[in-house]
Formats: sequence, C-alpha cells, structure tokens
Amino acid sequence: MRKLLGVSLIVLLSACASQTTQPEVEDLAGGAGTGSGLGGSDLMGSGSGRPGYFSQLQDPNSILSQRSVFYDYDSYTVTSEYRELVLSHAKFLRDHADASVILQGNTDDRGSREYNLALGQRRADSVRNMMTLSGARDGQIESVSLGEEKPRALGQGESTWSQNRRTDIIYRGE
Amino acid sequence: MSIHWYPYIRSALIVFLGLMSVCAHAQLNIEIFGGGASRIPIAIVPFAEENKLQQSITPVIGADLQRTGLFKLVDPAGLSPHAPVEVVYSDWMNRGANALVIGRIVSLPGNQVEIQFRLMDVAKKSQLTGLAITVPVTQLRAAAHRIADVIYEALTGDVGVFSTRIAYVIKRGNKYALQVADADGYNAQSIIEYTEPIISPAWSPDGNQLAYVSFENKKPIVYVQTLSTRERRAVASFKGSNSAPAWSPDGKKLAVVLTGQGGSQIFLINADGSGLQRLSKSSGIDTEPNFSPDGRSIIFTSDRGGSPQIYRMPITSSESSNAERLTFEGSYNVSPDFSQDGKSFTFIHRNNSQFNVAVQEIGSRQMQILTNSKFDESPSFAPNGKMILYATEVNGHGILSAVSRDGQTRQHLSVQTGDIREPAWGPLPKWK
Repeated sequence: MRKLLGVSLIVLLSACASQTTQPEVEDLAGGAGTGSGLGGSDLMGSGSGRPGYFSQLQDPNSILSQRSVFYDYDSYTVTSEYRELVLSHAKFLRDHADASVILQGNTDDRGSREYNLALGQRRADSVRNMMTLSGARDGQIESVSLGEEKPRALGQGESTWSQNRRTDIIYRGE
Repeated sequence: MSIHWYPYIRSALIVFLGLMSVCAHAQLNIEIFGGGASRIPIAIVPFAEENKLQQSITPVIGADLQRTGLFKLVDPAGLSPHAPVEVVYSDWMNRGANALVIGRIVSLPGNQVEIQFRLMDVAKKSQLTGLAITVPVTQLRAAAHRIADVIYEALTGDVGVFSTRIAYVIKRGNKYALQVADADGYNAQSIIEYTEPIISPAWSPDGNQLAYVSFENKKPIVYVQTLSTRERRAVASFKGSNSAPAWSPDGKKLAVVLTGQGGSQIFLINADGSGLQRLSKSSGIDTEPNFSPDGRSIIFTSDRGGSPQIYRMPITSSESSNAERLTFEGSYNVSPDFSQDGKSFTFIHRNNSQFNVAVQEIGSRQMQILTNSKFDESPSFAPNGKMILYATEVNGHGILSAVSRDGQTRQHLSVQTGDIREPAWGPLPKWK
C-alpha cells in the first residue's frame, strides 16, 4: 500500500533558479492553517515582513483558509460547491491590490505527463478566469500546472484520483 | 579511440577460454520476450586473452545483438578459434551458425588494449569484415558496442545503435535524477538531481545538450543543459507553465509549450531563449510538439477535435490554426515521436483502459499497436528506426522497455530500485 502524502504548502520564491544546485524548498506545512486569532484585521504589510492580511487568510473559521478546488473526472469546470471559495479569494484579491496568488492545477496520473500538464493548466485557468471576472486583476494571478507530478494522494482508484484533480491557491509571500 | 581495418590473416597461439560470465554489476537487468522467427544464428567465441580484462568484450557484443531480436546466439562451447586459420567451418555449420565472431586482445603500453575481431561467413568460409580498435581499458564497453555495430551493419545492412545513449528520469524516494546511460543501460550518470520533478528530456541533435522541464521553482520551466560542462540555462521561463521542449533538426530552435497567452499553445524559441514566436493557435490544448526530420513541420497532440489526437502542421513564419489530423482510431492518442526517415511516428494509444505503444505510417495511415501492457508512456524511436524505447509499469514500478518496430521483440531494462520514466533515445554519435 502506498501512503498518503502530507500536504505541504509551499511559498513561491521569486528567486531565479541557481545553476545546478538544489534550490531551497520552503515547507510551511506546520505553519499553514494555524490561525493566530487576528482574523478580520486587515493590516497591509508595511516593510515589516509578512503582510498582516495573512492572518485573515489563515483563520480556520474563514473560507479563505480553504485553498483547494476539486474537480469531477475529465473536467476542469469549477463546480457550484467551490464557487463561494473561489469568489471569496477573488474578492480578497480585489480588496488587497498588493496580494497575489499562484494557482497550481493538478491531475491524476493516467496518461501522458505533458498532456496532463496541459489539463492541469486548464483547471488552474478556470479558477483564474472566475477570479478575474470577479474583480481580481490579471497581474495578481499566475496560473500554472503541476500536471500529475505532485500528487496529494498516491495509488490507484477513484478515491486517490479525486484528491489529485485539484487546483491549489497559494498566496505569494505567505 | 582509434580504428583501422584489419583484413589480413595472422597466425596466432590458440588460447582456450571459458565462457565469459556476464558482468555481475549490471545496473539494468534485461529480459527479452518473444523474438522474430527468422533470427540470424551467430556464434561469438570469447576473444583470446579476454579473460585478463576487467571487462569482458564478447558478452557485451552478444547482449547487444540479442536485444534487437534479430539474432540467435549459438553456443561456442568447446570450440575456440581466434584466427581464421583456426576455424573449422564444418563445426559451425553443424551447430547451425551462419556467422562467426572471433578475435583477440593485445595489451599495449599505457593501459591501452588493441581489440582485433573478425566476422566470418560460415557458408562462404570467408571473412565478411574485421576491425582492430585501440582503446584505454576504461572504454572496453564502448569498444564492444562499436564492434556490435559493425557486426549488425554487416549482417543487416542497417545502422547499428549500440553506441548511442539514452536519457531518462529516475525517482528514488523523494529524489529525482535526470540520467544519461549507454543504450544498454550501463554507465548511468546523473546530469542533475532535485527533490522536485523533472520531465520531458529531449536530446539536441548533436547529442551534446539536453532540454528538459524542471519543477524546482514551483512551476514548470524549460532548461537546456550541456552534458560535458553541466552548465545550464532557462530557455523558457515565462509567466504560466513552460514545457514539452523539442529540438529543431538543425539544433538552433526549440518548440515549447507555453500558457502565458491563454491555453497550452506551441511556440518556437531560439536555443538561447531569444526570438519567441507563436506557432499554433487553437482554443484547445496543443502540446507535445515533435519536428519532422526535414524540419519543415511538427506533429503534436491536440484536443481541438474533442479528444486528444495527433496532428501535423507546417512550420511557417506566422501562427496558424490549420493542422491536419493524423490519428482517428480511438479517443486518446498522444506523445508522438517521428522516425528518423520521417515516414512514420510512434505514439501512445489508449486501447480500452490500457495505454500502449503504437506506430503509424504517415502515408498509409496504418496504425499498429506494439505492446500489451497497461501503462506505457513516452515512446521514442532509436536513431535507426528499428526499436522504440518507452516507459512502462511493472508491479507499480516504472521501468524502461524497448520494442522492435515490428512488435516482435520486447525487452525490459529494469533497475533494482527506483521508478524510471520519461526515456528519450539519443542521436547517433558523430562518427556514424
């Protein structure tokens, strides 16, 4: 049996790729989702490290702490179940012009890796389109695909595959 | 490595050699399934003085020939000629051998050896070809591959590919390594290692560089790396995803797939990352480009017709939405790779719930499914068009496999540990 992989939220560093050295991987799995009780405060980052709005994003009572959109088989449509989640993040981006996200589309592991990369892109793009139609600006959003390369769950079968048909919303600098 | 033809006859001491055992440090185990009906029976006599070398020669030659599915090895036990005058042709006729390989090793100063070999035609009782190769003792496997190439070319009329290299990605634990190995899986070397995925390695036409996609910066970016220096550069690192690199035959440009302008679309870019130009224009997915050998068109995967199929479009100076659909059987045909003569392409065809290697003639549109496994991926033609390398799964592990162009012979190249995927067969070496 293959084990379930823990989810690690990863901060996207804008640093350029160094040559052949292993890049640093930021693993914030321990830090994510541990709300600091400052939910609702809307402090803009003012040169003092993390912008204050991250506490709002991480408040477990806020829908903004939910960061994954799941899909039906062979589909990239954001279902009604995830509509509120996506629109909430869109509103947040609209209200916080300095916030930006990377949307990572994912697929299950059946079929060509490159074609799956393109399918994952479609999933990320579907979330991006919904966000920009709801007032988020294009420059705040980068939609990319990880294809089948970074599965949340390993193994075969629908319960595994459904976990991997997913777009993750990751705030830059979080 | 120097080579000169060695056609003259020289008498020699008779040296009795036992059968060489195959190198125990095989990184890849080779299992062969099936085989054509009309295989050429060939006897390979262990070369004189071969047992004094750190690396035996004849077992490498035998394994190379056997992997093609075109040869049947005849046991030379009890007979050990090393020079033409020592060959009793009737002995070999009685064993059913059509061809006979004999030779000897001569030690030279400075850790060099000369390998002298001859290929004899048993029926005609004459020498077909012969060669003497001088190599450092560190390159004995390479010398054996060159001898296998000479034998293969003399007996089949086709170019041998035993001296080529392959690239693939191996995953061990949470580590990913892009590796280059000899075509038989030996001499594997990591080009780059990461804790993030690497996919889609593609050989430059001169064999000096690899393009590939790395996820080390949380999204796919296309890199080109020079093998000799390990130096690398990001050639496509645009907003969105960057993937599916394919080299133009002149090595000057890459076709890549970018998403920054909406959807997954095919672009051309110079190998130094300059001169971006859009090629395809569709509302669907266009990906997995692969150049025709004449460089005038690409084949690629697109779902513009509702399901992923393989299309062909000419390379023009402006973007185009026109493409000719090539595959029509089934609802999932992906990952095309042209044969070097440009007359056919290999791809992955979904056959019910299985993903199998298939080939199709460009002209007749005849499709042939070559494998019967469950999860085949990433097929690539050998540079002589006679074999196709691909990734498949056995017991949940990714392994490399190769199938002959006619589907008659399949072989697994399996490592002991780790998942192997994304193989790409390299070009012929420059001296070919």
